Amino acid sequence: MLSINDKDLGTPARDSANLVSVEVDGHAVTVAAGTSVIRAAALADVAIPKLCATDSLEPFGSCRLCLVEIEGRKGFPASCTTPVEAGMKIRTQSEQLSKLRRNVMELYMSDHPIDPFECKAGGKCELHEMANAVGLVHVRYADDGRNHQHLPIDDSNPYFSFDPSRCIVCSRCVRACDEIQGTFALTIEGRGFNSQMVAGQHERYLDSECVSCGACVQACPTDALMEKSALEKGRADRAIVTTCGYCGVGCSFKAEVRGDEIVRMVPNKDGLPNHGHSCVKGRFAWGYATHPDRVKRPMIRKRISDPWQEVSWEEALAYAAAEFKRVQQKYGRGAVGGITSSRCTNEEAYLVQKLVRAAFGNNNVDTCARVCHSPTGYGLKTAFGTPAGTQDFDSVAKADVIMVVGANPTEGHPVFASIMKRRLRNGARLIVADPREIEMMRMPHVEADYFLQLTPGTNVALFNAMTHVIVTEGLVNEQFVAARCEPHEFKFWREFAAEERNSPEAAERITRVPAAKIRGAARLFAQGPNSAIYYGLGVTEHSQGSTAVLAMANLAMATGMLGREGVGINPLRGQNNVQGSNDVGSFPHELTGYRHVSDSLMRAEFEKAWNVAIDPEPGLRIPNMFDAALDGSFLGLYVEGEDIAQSDPNSQHVAAALSAMEIIVVHDIFMNETAKYAHVFLPGSSFLEKNGTFTNAERRISRVRKVLPALAGKEDWEVTCALSNALGYPMDYSHPSEIMDEIARLTPTFAGVSYEKLDRLGSIQWPCNDVAPTGTPVMHVGEFVRGKGRFLVTEYVATDERTSSRFPLILTTGRILTQYNVGTQTRRTGNVAWHAEDVLEIHPHDAEQRGIREASWVEVTSRAGTIALRAAVTERVAPGVVYTTFHHPETGANVVTTENSDWATNCPEYKVTAVQVMPTARHPERLPADRVIAAATPAAR
Amino acid sequence: MSGQSIAVYVPRDSSSLSLGAEEVADAIAREAGSRGADIELIRNGSRGMYWLEPMVEVTAARGRVAYGPVTVADVQSLFNAGLLEGADHKLALGLTDEIPYLKRQSRLTFARVGIIDPVSLHDYIAHGGYRGLATAIAMSGAEIVQEVTASNLRGRGGAAFPAGIKWKTTLDQNSPQKYVVCNADEGDSGTFSDRMIMEGDPFVLIEGMTIAGLAVGASEGYIYLRSEYPHALRTLTQAIEAATRAGYLGADVAGSGKPFRLEIRLGAGAYICGEETAMLESLEGKRGVIRFKPPLPAIAGLFGQPTVVNNVITLSSIPAIIADGGKAYNEHGVGRSRGTIPLQLAGNIKRPGLFELPFGLTLRALIEDFGGGTASGRPLRAVQVGGPLGAYFPDSMLDLPIDYEAIAGAGGLLGHGGVVVFDETADLAQMARYAMEFCALESCGKCTPCRIGSTRGVEVIDRIIANRERGDNVELLRDLCETMTAGSLCALGGLTPLPVMSALKYFPEDFGLSTAKGASME
Repeated sequence: MLSINDKDLGTPARDSANLVSVEVDGHAVTVAAGTSVIRAAALADVAIPKLCATDSLEPFGSCRLCLVEIEGRKGFPASCTTPVEAGMKIRTQSEQLSKLRRNVMELYMSDHPIDPFECKAGGKCELHEMANAVGLVHVRYADDGRNHQHLPIDDSNPYFSFDPSRCIVCSRCVRACDEIQGTFALTIEGRGFNSQMVAGQHERYLDSECVSCGACVQACPTDALMEKSALEKGRADRAIVTTCGYCGVGCSFKAEVRGDEIVRMVPNKDGLPNHGHSCVKGRFAWGYATHPDRVKRPMIRKRISDPWQEVSWEEALAYAAAEFKRVQQKYGRGAVGGITSSRCTNEEAYLVQKLVRAAFGNNNVDTCARVCHSPTGYGLKTAFGTPAGTQDFDSVAKADVIMVVGANPTEGHPVFASIMKRRLRNGARLIVADPREIEMMRMPHVEADYFLQLTPGTNVALFNAMTHVIVTEGLVNEQFVAARCEPHEFKFWREFAAEERNSPEAAERITRVPAAKIRGAARLFAQGPNSAIYYGLGVTEHSQGSTAVLAMANLAMATGMLGREGVGINPLRGQNNVQGSNDVGSFPHELTGYRHVSDSLMRAEFEKAWNVAIDPEPGLRIPNMFDAALDGSFLGLYVEGEDIAQSDPNSQHVAAALSAMEIIVVHDIFMNETAKYAHVFLPGSSFLEKNGTFTNAERRISRVRKVLPALAGKEDWEVTCALSNALGYPMDYSHPSEIMDEIARLTPTFAGVSYEKLDRLGSIQWPCNDVAPTGTPVMHVGEFVRGKGRFLVTEYVATDERTSSRFPLILTTGRILTQYNVGTQTRRTGNVAWHAEDVLEIHPHDAEQRGIREASWVEVTSRAGTIALRAAVTERVAPGVVYTTFHHPETGANVVTTENSDWATNCPEYKVTAVQVMPTARHPERLPADRVIAAATPAAR
Repeated sequence: MSGQSIAVYVPRDSSSLSLGAEEVADAIAREAGSRGADIELIRNGSRGMYWLEPMVEVTAARGRVAYGPVTVADVQSLFNAGLLEGADHKLALGLTDEIPYLKRQSRLTFARVGIIDPVSLHDYIAHGGYRGLATAIAMSGAEIVQEVTASNLRGRGGAAFPAGIKWKTTLDQNSPQKYVVCNADEGDSGTFSDRMIMEGDPFVLIEGMTIAGLAVGASEGYIYLRSEYPHALRTLTQAIEAATRAGYLGADVAGSGKPFRLEIRLGAGAYICGEETAMLESLEGKRGVIRFKPPLPAIAGLFGQPTVVNNVITLSSIPAIIADGGKAYNEHGVGRSRGTIPLQLAGNIKRPGLFELPFGLTLRALIEDFGGGTASGRPLRAVQVGGPLGAYFPDSMLDLPIDYEAIAGAGGLLGHGGVVVFDETADLAQMARYAMEFCALESCGKCTPCRIGSTRGVEVIDRIIANRERGDNVELLRDLCETMTAGSLCALGGLTPLPVMSALKYFPEDFGLSTAKGASME
């Protein structure tokens, strides 16, 4: 069912510069050529009855309710499938049409309860609304005729149920699965009266290839497919537009609320990242917000060995402030710091860094982006001048060649993957570079042209080889390079790229990708005309993460694939606000807008606005904080929304550092691993309980709106303000909009952003200022932000993490659709129906050598530690490579990860760990539930 | 074969085979062998006189002489009587060409059917085959289309849409890939002309499609053949192979420098796949469901590309039209129905078979003069013209000329040219029920009027027959038929009311209604 109050125009908009004028019931209306009659009528405020048509799907023409009369045409054309023609005169009402529509409705209702009280949607489904609209009150067909009322309900999916007896076979669900989601899990089986919607090969929904995105549920016009939450709670009375708190796609949702309860989340049709689509997490997995594990009262304890004591907010904040002050007095101003989170709003992250810089008086603030996309920021800022993706998501619809590197969009960024798949089904070519065969490689109507199955850790060698082909085969876009890039650097780089050691043949020995494939992929990429790169943590979480980002920049610049729609370099950000938390100054060396703290002019502006002196020296990065804690020079930490004890590499080292600190304040919605070392716990608010903004992977700032009251009484920004006030630095905001106003005043790229404008436009892509008052979908048009683009030499240097006879395999990691990172949220929802445990994927060759069978237990040992899990023997991974997800804490990811990190940003090398895998009889003991929930993954973010 | 051998023809088409032609052919070969007679046994197509099948022909000095219907038991006596010399016998039918049923036809499209060895390219060419293609190669696409337009050939699949206009639409599309698709999913009950020509002269279809390809600029052709036609599949496959070997199909069609390749795709038993858009879906490997129009297949058809979709007979009529000119073809027929049409007589009829003749003959002449009246000898009660979606006409309407407009004017349709005869034992209420049941069985299930309406139609007619609220249900049936006619997405749901309402109108007594009341039902 559509969201309440959604207007449905019947068919999708058509993109045409040609306008056509028609008359609908005497009303003149002008629409784009190709627009359907039903949409033209809807735009003229004439509602034509319909059931199978909806404006998110291509017209289908099956229900036959939208029939109209068109002057000069025979019969009754269906208005959904008939495009407008100039001068057309359309009649939507006549005695004959009324009778026809009523008789069609009568046929529908001859196989459906006509009584609205029997409707599970309380008579508010489109079917009953149409019956009303056409005036059907009585069915003349005898009630002993054939019907579908005996068909059993499929309740297998945790979130929605399918009642085939209520299905009208309009195919909206099937078409939504095909056209919107691209999974093709549903079909109509049988023909004629026996036609029936079935999942998979007539299986239960849960057993089919359904990915539970819910597009079918949203598309269903009857009570056949309904959210279980809506069945239970009834119809919502209001809808609040907000932004999803899971991944970096940042889908816009309408939270439908009845009283103080969420009835369901419906993706917002007007949402620009997602255009009304969603995945299983955003639409359904929000139940964690009201899970009993939520902490509702502040707590303190003197020693971490003491039990927690519930206290008032005032007491907790006063205690925390006093402790921070004590530590600063005793060990120095720089002995404390804070960590912001990519899960928090821009306003919250801004306040935490402001607290550190203004109230603590140092720059010891860092963010969890350190461990995921920091190389993206470094690389793209260095090459182009802006540390962010170059495009909007919709740009992919104009791409002719799509290269996906080290990312698994169908699992990690499912809604964007659907948009990408649609483009691929319409003919774009696909290059996949990944150590493992991802789903995108081959799915309905999509098949990759090139699969470059490289050895983990060799991205740079692969990109260098691709640019070698570009440079040596005359494929450089000379015009672009001459006009847009630094000439000297280019000349130098060109010579480097052309060197024999960067040839595909040389790279084959490093990457294990056949040279011919590298050549083919490079040629395809150069040929375009529009080629776009999409990448994930498979690029960044390496010792050469920043180099790889620079190498991709070289590839895009050399082929001229920047500065317009359909091209660009696009990081797929893992968390909802990775981009935003970085934008608002979460790094120790940068204030908002990525401006270095040593810049005295800029710093002066902040000093004036904040009325404090700001330290001109960069503060500590997260790993430095741990080292300093063990040195005895860093002993107080405020951590908001981030479980560093689980997420950061080398767990033992982190645990020792945290144990050494004298005051740790954890500000989170659940008890977590870090809280084990904390002295103060401040209960947080989920994204449903607060106001603010998130900035997604396409630099799009979207509003987060308060849907439910804050469970612990305070929104997170209020908590940070209160802590700052307790520390003696006043923060006095009455609403997050004032925080955004302050960011806008102090940050040129945000100058034009305000809540008023966000409410008006829906969302804004920064930069937004006088030059671009409504924001910037595509960056670097005409000129790079830094002026000329920079070609930097990207020498491949193998990681120190080498395989050896003791550790002959490389372990790499990823995530799956239904779970989110460490599962703190998703494991407290119905998503537990999927992915019962993490498994180790291993190639049959490696498995056989070790006597490992499918589903048998294995031990994975690295130089750092050992974990145990079950094996899955598969050719998705190459020989020599093993793979796992880390959604389940038992897996204990960071027990095996090493301390290697990116040379430029310290982003940990989570994606490459040399391991040995051996069968084991040992079956690891299940961890206690609280530990299960709180544990973390290093890999996925 | 030496010049001495005597040509003996035994049909290989499926109707003749079902009547024992294979066994007869074997018996003739054995008999000739045992007698040391030098014969060349040729397996031809059927001449279309099914009451005479298996009809054996021998090339005698005076011409081809026919015998039939021949059984295995007759073979020895035929040889004894002098079969190979064309001698007289109780089964002798005289010179084939002089059999009145054949002699009175105007065989333009079926000119070679029954005469040649269907899979012999040599035979085809010897009998005037590939003259059309030779002419077409010298013409531009637009000129070929102009010739087809001038012929006034209309689609013989049932919709009777002018072929020239359809071709021109596809020709005018600026697309690098176009297709020609032949609809050979002949599913109407009582029709078999497509099968006969594919089994009896497959090259004429191949030539027609090749000309269509040259005309509109299509390089690929598909024949969508129903899987129930294994013999047609065999002859077509052999013929396509032969044409490809001889360079009539392939990258360079007969030296024209233009490509045209042809493939056969088998259906899977759905009547609805004879509807052109459902057929395109099926050809694309999808469920056979109806696509809405527009866009027309001529503009966006197979795989979204401009596609000429024509029936077997339409395409098989093209070689003669191009070889002899559209004008010559247009000279046959009446009104807006030009050229010839192969009619197929079936049901309760004495002489069932195929009959190609110019439009304009009356139904009565066809049934009585050529068909010889009912097979049972009982009085004729009804005739269904145009397949399962055609109207039932009573005897009083048999003076209608066979002409698209005349039949449509009388509330029926000529369709694919099937004529099924019923005698007085027929119960037209049951036939009306059957029409709804057929629709229910074959509905693709996409549009509501057809998907639900046809099932409700069966139920409503059952209630009428059982006299349960008969008056109300007759009213409801009328409403339902109106809804199906006006609301259905394609002709299956849209035309099912024709047999139903015509049965109710002309045979009200079968529904338990008085004659006067039924007649007023219209």
